[in-house]
Amino acid sequence: MKSSFGSFVKKESLHILRDKRTMLVVMLIPVMLMILFGFAISTEVNNINIAVVANNRTDGVKDAVERMSQNEYFTFIGYVYPDQIDGILRSNKANAVIVFDDDYERKLSQIANGVPVPPIIQVVVDASNVNTAGMATAYLQNILLEHDSQQSFFDTRMLFNPQMKSAYNFVPGIMGLIFILVCAMMTSVSIVREKEMGTMEVLLVSPVRPVKIICAKMVPYFLISCIVLVLIMALAQYLLGIPMEGGVAGIFALSILYLVLSLSLGLLVSTIASTQIVALLVSAMVMMMPILMLSGMLFPIENLPVFFKVVSNIVPARWYIDAIRKMMIQGESIVAVWKNCAILLGMTVVILGVSLKKFNDKLE
Amino acid sequence: MRETVISIKDITKRFGDFTAVNNMSFDVYKGEIFGFLGANGAGKTTAMRMLCGLSYPTSGSGIVAGYDVMNEGERIKRHIGYMSQRFSLYNDLTVWENMRLFAGIYGLSSKETQERSMDLLNELNFTSSKDALVGSLPLGWKQKLSFVIATIHDPEIIFLDEPTGGVDPITRRQFWEMIYKAADKGTTIFVTTHYMDEAEYCSRVSIMVDGVIKALDTPMCLKQQFGVQTIDEVFRILARDAKRGGQ
Repeated sequence: MKSSFGSFVKKESLHILRDKRTMLVVMLIPVMLMILFGFAISTEVNNINIAVVANNRTDGVKDAVERMSQNEYFTFIGYVYPDQIDGILRSNKANAVIVFDDDYERKLSQIANGVPVPPIIQVVVDASNVNTAGMATAYLQNILLEHDSQQSFFDTRMLFNPQMKSAYNFVPGIMGLIFILVCAMMTSVSIVREKEMGTMEVLLVSPVRPVKIICAKMVPYFLISCIVLVLIMALAQYLLGIPMEGGVAGIFALSILYLVLSLSLGLLVSTIASTQIVALLVSAMVMMMPILMLSGMLFPIENLPVFFKVVSNIVPARWYIDAIRKMMIQGESIVAVWKNCAILLGMTVVILGVSLKKFNDKLE
Repeated sequence: MRETVISIKDITKRFGDFTAVNNMSFDVYKGEIFGFLGANGAGKTTAMRMLCGLSYPTSGSGIVAGYDVMNEGERIKRHIGYMSQRFSLYNDLTVWENMRLFAGIYGLSSKETQERSMDLLNELNFTSSKDALVGSLPLGWKQKLSFVIATIHDPEIIFLDEPTGGVDPITRRQFWEMIYKAADKGTTIFVTTHYMDEAEYCSRVSIMVDGVIKALDTPMCLKQQFGVQTIDEVFRILARDAKRGGQ
């Protein structure tokens, strides 16, 4: 029966090749996401406009302002009066306003001599964008403090991602998302389409075993996903300059495990859904949302409420993204992330087992 | 004595408390067109699934195409053809690709596939459309194509599940000519239909009500037996007492 399997794989490949629009989407989405997250969307804070209020523009104040405007993150837009603060923040002319104490310089020297004084610099920030506001104050404090105390207490070194590129953070996340999209969504839709069209009925009456039909369906999608994988890796390496010191072979091995897992998820969805629309919705709601929210792709898992933190444990993408991050960026080998591998392998076995059983039960 | 290709005895299928098919027994002879009628919910589909090897009866015994319905479903599948009420070829594949797929499924060699497909296309006068996408064909053509593809592996029995649903009368007529031709060659046809005029074309007709076969004979004898003019009337008389399904 080797030839019947071949015929099926051929048939599935033809379905995919004929559907040029879907093909295009599958190939374009990863590239678009990579470019979007790699360049356009970034959590780095740039071009923060700063206004300064200082009644006495002494040398000390000027020096502080000078230091700040030298910094690439900040743009000094000028001195303003205190009653203008609200207006320029509202009109978005400035993102933050720094108010220096009238007696700034004297109090500064008091601090240097160890005399406790009330705060001498006030930072007023537009916090309508929480992220920008947080980063801006952190940067500002750093710059102004460094200047104030003659000696720095901290020696900070950014390991693994010294330039703090947000692309480093996003690429593993995109991989976690895209394979679910390609494998799970597309296989489930394609299986359910056969049910909807009535062709599944004819296939089931044929002597081909259902398992074989399913496997043959997975082969072309698996190949496409492998192509997408290579594409993403190439973009990550050559366009975004991600180091991948943990070994490309390990990343591929783990990704292939994740591909199989995604395919099994797709199969599971197809046993539940009876129409293509339902299959799409289930894939989108049950799989995409947890990946976006609970996998650590966008929001750190450590910051989640306890309930969601627990739930995140059953999101496969969480374990995959975590492992890929370690391998791609921290340069760990696949051995170091064995726990993630084991969890993913376990999930694959369970999901594949359940969905094959469900698929067979359905036939009776 | 005619050769029997389907011979079942006291077949029962239960789903929990519900008896879908109750003590069904009948024989179907080689080369015969066997009409299998029944209202929705009468148990037709369940019965047909058991005959096709898709599910096993709860009790009873029977042989389809030489294999046991109780446990040789996989072997039965190799020797039957099946065409469903819904159009069931792949619209995004060409006529030729569909043929090659089903030939592959039934394990035909590439030489056999080539010869058999060309023969069937010639028979249908379809040779010129062999590279057309099935989706672009008119419905009548699709049904005919479905039928020949169901016969691509030269099965002993062809199961047709409401094959002419939604087809215009002329195409229905042509379709039945194809059925006759296949039956003349010795292929047994097992057909379900909702069109009572089609039932008149069958060699023998069985009418199923509430999981039980209420009548089984040639259309002529059935009409005489009930003293009516058409099979439609026979059907109405029998289905009147149906307790389940109904509409």
